Amino acid sequence: MTAAGTPPPVADRPVPRRDEGSAPFWEACAQGRLVAQRCTACGRFRFPPRPTCPACRSFEHRWEDLSGRGRVWSWIRAHPPLLPAFAELAPYIALVVALDEDPIHLRMIGRLEPACPEPAIGDPVQVGFERVVDQVIPLWRLG
Amino acid sequence: MSGRQAAIAGMGLLPFSKNLGRPERTAALEVILQALAEAGMGADDVDGVVRTTMESTTDAHIAFCLGIPDLRFFGEVGHGGGSGCALVGHAALAVEAGVAEVVVVYRARNRSTGGRPWAQAGNQVGGDAQWSVPFGVVRPVDQIAMLARRYMHECGITTRHFGEVAVACRSHAARNPGAQMRDPITLQDHAAARPVSEPLRLFDCCLESDGAVAFVVTTLERARGGARPPVLIRAHAQGVGPEHVVMTSYHSENPLQSTATFAARNLYRRSEVGPNDIQCAQLYDAFSPLVLMSLEAYGFCGPGEGGAFAEDGGLQWPAGRLPVNTSGGSLSEAYVHGFNLIAEGVRQVRGTSTAQVAGLEHCLVSSGSGVPTSALILGAYR
Repeated sequence: MTAAGTPPPVADRPVPRRDEGSAPFWEACAQGRLVAQRCTACGRFRFPPRPTCPACRSFEHRWEDLSGRGRVWSWIRAHPPLLPAFAELAPYIALVVALDEDPIHLRMIGRLEPACPEPAIGDPVQVGFERVVDQVIPLWRLG
Repeated sequence: MSGRQAAIAGMGLLPFSKNLGRPERTAALEVILQALAEAGMGADDVDGVVRTTMESTTDAHIAFCLGIPDLRFFGEVGHGGGSGCALVGHAALAVEAGVAEVVVVYRARNRSTGGRPWAQAGNQVGGDAQWSVPFGVVRPVDQIAMLARRYMHECGITTRHFGEVAVACRSHAARNPGAQMRDPITLQDHAAARPVSEPLRLFDCCLESDGAVAFVVTTLERARGGARPPVLIRAHAQGVGPEHVVMTSYHSENPLQSTATFAARNLYRRSEVGPNDIQCAQLYDAFSPLVLMSLEAYGFCGPGEGGAFAEDGGLQWPAGRLPVNTSGGSLSEAYVHGFNLIAEGVRQVRGTSTAQVAGLEHCLVSSGSGVPTSALILGAYR
């Protein structure tokens, strides 16, 4: 608790901790690109990233640029009580986007730009990016 | 088959509360001793201990404190609310295989010392959480709300159907002096409550509770010597399914086919008991939509029919087709990661529930879906 009259310090939003599997994704975001892992043996996309293809078990893969276009698979509107870092954004809309390249195997969680109206499942969305602390992460908009 | 049948011989329980009033370790030891006393046993009889990975007290430390002389079987199951039924299942496996004779299962939760895992996110989040937490999908309610809206969309489920679950649980809790929330609510109350993570509102969310529960699992032969009738463990199973991500399980080909779907398959595959032989169920209800999805997963109705089942009063004691969460469940009795649901399953089989199903033969208990999960069929010993 802070003393009466003293505003609590604004908490930083949590950012991704890169690991050897996720670094290429976050590095691409920093360059304004949305990418996903694709198996070079059988061609299947996969997300979240992992060392092996769950279909053919190959370790071989590449990172492919995506169009950044997809459709709303589901969404929520979050209200307090929230972590301090998110309380100042509330209420906010988070969503799961099914990417056009492979709506079954490429579903990504994201947040909707605050200016966007309430979405509906199936609405088209386009990726953009936002800077959070020292990182860049996707931020989606309708259309 | 070795011919050994596992049974629950004793249960220990501290009152559910907002403040347990003692450390988790002390509470765990108290309920284990209670459960042993009910089973007509002492700590010297125990040769197995299993725990959930969330538990703050280790198996070896339980043995250290209780002076268990020769602990021969110990293990743990992960994934929070998905682990409860699996722990009883692992204990039954050990007993039926002859690896152990008397296995203790326990859970003690004191939020003032244990805390909430989701609230401990630091400024950098790794592992699976890096794909959800930075975008504000942080709390369990956010993670399940995302699935709930998709379930509504695909299956014609409405928030009113969620309300039916909340109202049924509360009406059962009103009969249970041990429940934390006992004032009846209506569908209107449910719809008017504050949103937490839309489409979910306050009464769609479980309570936050302190509590401690323990069970003694042993052979039917030894369970017959206890103060209470043995509760047969007729079936137990775990399940995950393909490409599951814990809590944010949106990445498999069909995320609405939850981990419970796979646990159910495994459960019935190894049992002569089917959904039609079950008169009561304790379905994991951290959030109300999970109950509807579990009705479908465990075969009590067809896919997409969970809402209609609830709307027809199917969950309500005593007249419903399948009275569910007869102690009030996690939504109205207490939330201790589903261990209270196992306790209510035991009471139903013993005939001591405050919403007792007459002539009960079998009660199904499920652990959390949305995570790697597990389930039990408990049966009466005649």
